[in-house]
Amino acid sequence: MTGDTMRTMNMIEAINSAMDVMLERDKNVVVMGEDVGYFGGVFRATAGLQTKHGKTRVFDTPINECGIIGVAIGMGAYGLRPVPEIQFADYIYPGLDQLVSEAARLRYRSAADFICPMTVRTPFGGGIFGGQTHSQSPESIMTHICGVKTVIPSSPYDAKGLLIAAIEDNDPVVFLEPKRIYNGPFSGYYDRPVEPWSRHREAEVPEGYYKIALGKAATVRAGEALTILTYGAMVHVTKTVIEEMGVDAEILDLRSLLPLDIEAIERSVQKTGRCLIVHEATRTSGFGAELAALVQERCFYHLEAPVERATGFDTPYPHSLEWAYFPGPIRIATAVKKILKD
Amino acid sequence: MADDPPRAAHNLPPLSLHVPEPRYRPGDTPDFGDIDVPPVGAMVRPSEAAKPDDIRDLSYGLIRVLDFDGRASGSWNPHLSPDRLLQMLRSMMLLRAFDNRMFRAQRQGKTSFYMKATGEEATSVASTMALDRADMCFPSYRQQGILITRGYPIIQMMNQIYSNRGDHLLGRQLPIMYSAPECGFFSVSGNLTTQYPQAVGWAMASASRGDNRIATAWCGEGSSAEGDFHSAMIFAAVYNAPVIFNIINNQWAISSFSGFAGAERTTFAARAIGYGIAGLRVDGNDALAVYAATAWAAERARTNQGPTLIEHFTYRAEGHSTSDDPSAYRAAEEASAWPLGDPIARLRQHLEEIGAWDADRHQALYAELEDLVKSNQKQSEKLGILGHGMHQPFESMFDDVFEELPWHLKEQREQMLAERVAKFGPDWTPA
Repeated sequence: MTGDTMRTMNMIEAINSAMDVMLERDKNVVVMGEDVGYFGGVFRATAGLQTKHGKTRVFDTPINECGIIGVAIGMGAYGLRPVPEIQFADYIYPGLDQLVSEAARLRYRSAADFICPMTVRTPFGGGIFGGQTHSQSPESIMTHICGVKTVIPSSPYDAKGLLIAAIEDNDPVVFLEPKRIYNGPFSGYYDRPVEPWSRHREAEVPEGYYKIALGKAATVRAGEALTILTYGAMVHVTKTVIEEMGVDAEILDLRSLLPLDIEAIERSVQKTGRCLIVHEATRTSGFGAELAALVQERCFYHLEAPVERATGFDTPYPHSLEWAYFPGPIRIATAVKKILKD
Repeated sequence: MADDPPRAAHNLPPLSLHVPEPRYRPGDTPDFGDIDVPPVGAMVRPSEAAKPDDIRDLSYGLIRVLDFDGRASGSWNPHLSPDRLLQMLRSMMLLRAFDNRMFRAQRQGKTSFYMKATGEEATSVASTMALDRADMCFPSYRQQGILITRGYPIIQMMNQIYSNRGDHLLGRQLPIMYSAPECGFFSVSGNLTTQYPQAVGWAMASASRGDNRIATAWCGEGSSAEGDFHSAMIFAAVYNAPVIFNIINNQWAISSFSGFAGAERTTFAARAIGYGIAGLRVDGNDALAVYAATAWAAERARTNQGPTLIEHFTYRAEGHSTSDDPSAYRAAEEASAWPLGDPIARLRQHLEEIGAWDADRHQALYAELEDLVKSNQKQSEKLGILGHGMHQPFESMFDDVFEELPWHLKEQREQMLAERVAKFGPDWTPA
């Protein structure tokens, strides 16, 4: 962190600022995607960047995710540092072959003759009445690819610092932005008014350059009773539930799923002896399954209760019933009580 | 037995589904008499700045320079010097000698896989010669002619094919999936047509930086059916990218004839028309026509006139790969009946026709290239062949997944090294 001027930013503004800073610092950085240019993105993440940095560095693309990612790979091979946006994570699948078979393996298959310093930004997660094609959480599809890093911020401060680190990284990074908390942290109570970021400390963001190393978890709350491993929007939901329950939980915001901060996880679970994993994505083969396996491999003799998961259900994300799908306060509290009782 | 799905009540005769079928199968005698081969000179070379709409005929015709008596003529004649022509012939002959030798090496059990370019040599050699050395090539798997034309050491190609100690790709890639940035040759994927949008991205980057280099991509007519092809075409059209797309229409995609890629409906070059970019259809067995078409497209790209799609009309004279047996699905005489001949024989005939070449010199060059390939092969095999010992340090398996090794790969590397010790003892070194 630098001794820079601080400004209150929501997560969108922080992400915009990260790209602005990097476009200014590195002439190889280019930003591209559907509606990102003149209009500034459907979520406004790139607002003003084209005017400031020019049309050849911030531009609109055809509606073709295979093309967006494939073209970005070619730009990376030329020597640029592309930052493509996929408008919704749900739209990434047409580009998945370029991500899995090309971006992720280019360094390996060419023995570093060619690299792919690309950061794919994409909003993910539900809770905005997006239905089954604007709500998915595909992070475990990404972590299953070898050669791609998967990063998920949970606050404006982290979003900017992590995005700058991702853009500077010489390997492909999928940067998943929890869109439910773009404008304010979400308590998990959809029937309560939205709280803006401006009331939160994590919304104080330096205006200039700083970065947060990929692969380091953050301790959101220190505690002794159990460890909760989570990321993205669920960090805030979990925090609210724990405060309401008055449970002395330790909450780790993983921030980066790959590379994963295994030391922080081990340290915490070995201390508390109990572990709950919370994510919004579907349960089966979700990232929680990987976390549960790691915890039992490394902390088995410290565990006093089975590892639990509070997750989305294994159904497509329903439109009208999205709050019945969402792993909200009741599902999380039930899991916490179960772990503490065992 | 399942019930039939419900049908509409209608008086029309029932619909029928068309499933394409090639005209000739094993046992048939092929006759390609109906393939339209317009005379040399029928297609007029336009300005490189021509509007795509004004040159649509070039997507349906066939650009030719050499007639079947070895004479070059017409507006597409690139008028290459005898030295350049000999260089072209030499690269094509070296490619064929290399292919034959490596095919045999696979049959002798020295490697797992090989793919020859027999009959298609002009489509990589002559097109590469028409590019600048600094232009970037995004090949598919049958463009080893690019490397040979650009002087990449053939021993390095062999080392890659053998996955031996000298393989700079550390034995990670299937044989022939080369990578050679020093020759402007992008890493070959093995997945099809993924290199097409990547070439466009490279070209867009070059344009956005005010560079003068252009990009070129190759794919087969079969893999032009991939979605990536469309992605590349639309991006290239939208951004007027300085890129040349080559479709090597060699009639066969493993066992599927070109009809399964749409050849019964239109030419592959004509796909350019829908995107509003230039399309050229060229006799891919006429090295001078390939050169001329590529030179036209390169000049067009380099002067900001945009992309070109070139269909190289040719024939895959041998199997898809060492894993293929074409006698199981196509007529054996197709290659010999192909109306456009053999690219090496045709270029040789031309050189003889202009008095720059003769049978003795040809025989001498053939022998020289055979020796060159053989001696390189001998040297390469000293560095190991596939399946006879493991030639790379085990831990190299984990390098280059990422720039830096994360903890989980470090742990897995330790596990693998322990397995190595358990199997081979502590003193194992690469063979």
